[in-house]
Amino acid sequence: MSEINFSELNAGDAIPELVTPNVSRSQLALFAGASGDHNPIHLDDEEAKKGGLPGVIVHGMLSMALLGRVLTNWVPQHQLRGWNARFVSMAFPGDTITCKGVITETTIENDENRVKLDISVENQKGDNILVGTADIAII
Amino acid sequence: MADADYIGKEYPSFSVDVEKGRVKMFANAIGEENPIYSDEEAAKNAGYKGIPVPPTFPFTITMEAGQSFNILEDMGIDVTTAMHGEQGFTYYDHIYAGDTVTGSQKITDIYEKKGGALQFIEAVIELRNQNDVHVCDLRSVIVVRRQVAEG
Repeated sequence: MSEINFSELNAGDAIPELVTPNVSRSQLALFAGASGDHNPIHLDDEEAKKGGLPGVIVHGMLSMALLGRVLTNWVPQHQLRGWNARFVSMAFPGDTITCKGVITETTIENDENRVKLDISVENQKGDNILVGTADIAII
Repeated sequence: MADADYIGKEYPSFSVDVEKGRVKMFANAIGEENPIYSDEEAAKNAGYKGIPVPPTFPFTITMEAGQSFNILEDMGIDVTTAMHGEQGFTYYDHIYAGDTVTGSQKITDIYEKKGGALQFIEAVIELRNQNDVHVCDLRSVIVVRRQVAEG
């Protein structure tokens, strides 16, 4: 991880993307076990169809975990002050998930250098899966 | 009980042991390869007291405690009509593998949009570690799709 110099950060700057190609059913099964979310709509096509879905969907919290990685790849986790995301559409197995962040503001808060970002998760068509904001300290 | 009466409802506190194996498994499942999330030595070298849990792991702690979406059952809402609308995390300190985390959930708001066709339920869960240090707040919004009478 390279050093980040607060004075060189500006609104409009993008942080490095995180691309997760071809999210697999086995990753969903792994995440179900690890996260404790065993809802069958993430594991079983038949169950997903009963709920009116075309097939199994990616856990929203898996997409959000990938979005968290785009932040902790950029700065160490202890600099992450807070973040939130809205679940706007569904991701499916086979999708390529791209996590992005763009700086919207650089400021000083609680005597800390802070950057605010708009963050998002997109599929391969450029549709938003999650959109949100993050608040990061640059120390 | 009217829906609005659930605003301010507080659930009894809960406690969850954060198991090391679980944290490693979670890091692996999300494709996290930074060794600080699996190797104590690497975490300490990076300045952490132990293996920190990844940023969204606190949500798994609340699921483990049966505190995610339990309001739906209380309000008699069919879970298949509900979606996780929004999730937020605010961090005050770290949660480490091996910690015992205590939490408490409060329903902070319930409101409608689109003429009642959508109902929003907001909850905040505060997490503290075994030393009573406030480590994290989780804010969740659940969206419920409802039938609205014509007319």
